[in-house]
Amino acid sequence: MTRLGAVGLVAAVVTALVLPLFLKGYGIYLLSMWAVLTIAALGLNLTLGYAGQVSLAQGAFVGLGAYTVALLMQAGWPFPVAFVCAVLLCFVIGWGLGYPALRVQHHYLAFVTLAFNTLVFLVLRNEEWLTHGIYGVSGIMRPALLGLSLGKPLAYYYFCLGMLALVAFGLWWMIRSPWGRAFVALRENPVRALSLGLDTRRYTLMAFAIGSSLGGVAGALYAPLVQFIEPNSFALGLSFNLLLMVIVGGSGYFYGPFLGALVSVLLPEWLRVTQGYYLIVYAAAIMFMMAVCPTGLFGLAQRAARALRTKRAPAAAALQAERTRP
Amino acid sequence: MASFIQLLVSGLATGAIYALIAVGFTLLWQTSQTINFAQGEFVMLPAFFVLAAMNFGAPFWLAALIAVVLSVVILGLMFKTIIVDPMLRHGVLPLVISTIALSLFLKESAKDFYSSQAQPFPALVPPIDLHIFEAVISLQSIVVLAVAILTVVALHLLLNHTRLGRMMQATAQNPTLARILGVPVKRMVLYTFLINGALVAIASILISPIYLAKFTNGETLGMAAFLAAIIGGFNQVRGAILGGVILGVLDNLSAAYVSSQYRAAFPLIILIVVILWRPQGLLGRLEERTV
Repeated sequence: MTRLGAVGLVAAVVTALVLPLFLKGYGIYLLSMWAVLTIAALGLNLTLGYAGQVSLAQGAFVGLGAYTVALLMQAGWPFPVAFVCAVLLCFVIGWGLGYPALRVQHHYLAFVTLAFNTLVFLVLRNEEWLTHGIYGVSGIMRPALLGLSLGKPLAYYYFCLGMLALVAFGLWWMIRSPWGRAFVALRENPVRALSLGLDTRRYTLMAFAIGSSLGGVAGALYAPLVQFIEPNSFALGLSFNLLLMVIVGGSGYFYGPFLGALVSVLLPEWLRVTQGYYLIVYAAAIMFMMAVCPTGLFGLAQRAARALRTKRAPAAAALQAERTRP
Repeated sequence: MASFIQLLVSGLATGAIYALIAVGFTLLWQTSQTINFAQGEFVMLPAFFVLAAMNFGAPFWLAALIAVVLSVVILGLMFKTIIVDPMLRHGVLPLVISTIALSLFLKESAKDFYSSQAQPFPALVPPIDLHIFEAVISLQSIVVLAVAILTVVALHLLLNHTRLGRMMQATAQNPTLARILGVPVKRMVLYTFLINGALVAIASILISPIYLAKFTNGETLGMAAFLAAIIGGFNQVRGAILGGVILGVLDNLSAAYVSSQYRAAFPLIILIVVILWRPQGLLGRLEERTV
């Protein structure tokens, strides 16, 4: 990591720790939402950005996680148990969703996962005996941790941030392990990876299962955060949104989802001035960005940094660019 | 039995409209690898062109004509030059994201600049019911079916029996070779976008009297087009037609005989089965895998 990157990271961590102390309820809520969505986007970034498997179903896993936690807690189960159940459920279902990815790729896979997302939505909406249908589940309690109540917004924010840090560290470790290399090999050239003796089948399924279980983690945190969930929150819109976060931040960049989720949470607030036209402006901005810089904000930053360096020493920079080219 | 025939005919009519949308969708894919996630919104929009033209006092036939022209220009020409062309070199995924954003853009624009309420749309024919073998079939279904079939036949003649059509097919099958043989590949790609613009306008005028003109129409229609294209086969025009018809009929029959709550689920289940069992679609050719 470069020195600039290290400084940026420290500044970001300090901001995330200190900023909420100066914010009111709604600001803290937005930050908590950012932490939760980042976890889901990190999972999708693993599936899509590193392993190269297109998934339009991450929103469904957030929904599955949220509903599992909400319903189990209503049935009187303690939060940690419900949490583990939610993550395990998403892991298993995500593993199952990986099977189509063994047979089809790219746009076909996008449509299979899209269909899966819609199926989950239909089940959440129609199985009223279990999910209360369109009325949703309300009155979800925030848990207590080691005797400390997480009921206050600030306490729950730090809990979410802690979970985010745990997830991020786990992923960081995994991406630098042989597993991470295997995922990238899967993205870059699956046939070659297979010919080198990599069990592509297992890694494809794993990429889906781990990515999906992170969606479950996000859902399990989401339910106590908003305290009311209903099926519409987990329709295709959320999956598209998570996909946009990964792409806007920079797919395949470790810190991409952090930035993408931040943009996605803050932009609606900044665009308040445009009133009803917010979504139009948002959509136009995405289209513009995709045309100018499809590698996302981190890709843009990297390009800018490279351009700066090139000015200093063209030959050396060109050499380095050659070496670090993804 | 009578109700079965009724359901079948109205299903065929909806299916024929789905087929039109899906054909345009597969044409774009074949010639330029564009997966248009905004295809549903493309169908939603021309209905509003018609209504806007009629608000200016144009009679229905003129308004419909204006809508088709506008749609060819905006959803064909402008879509290609502004959105697709700058993105193509970046690969499939950025373009997918861009068309997702475009669908949001069109939907919100229709809502904010026209109306968020469902707008009544003039019917093509008076509401007459025909009685055939005890079944009651609306004239509208018949007309929709007839127009859709005519459009498909015209498209088929264009693609298979004219020089232009064969050049377009060559472009779809192997652009490099087509270019070597002197086919103006870029112009052929543009033509498929224009054809798609016309197809969605026709579909829009056919379906809006049934669904009303509403800004959310694109969601279901776009989904139907994807499903039809994949079930039938992404790289075949007749695959998309078959897929559309299967989807329309199945949708009607399953809603009536199985479960209306899970009506939307049946096409998805078929989709998953088709993809797992025959990924290239019922009529599709297998695309070769590159190493």
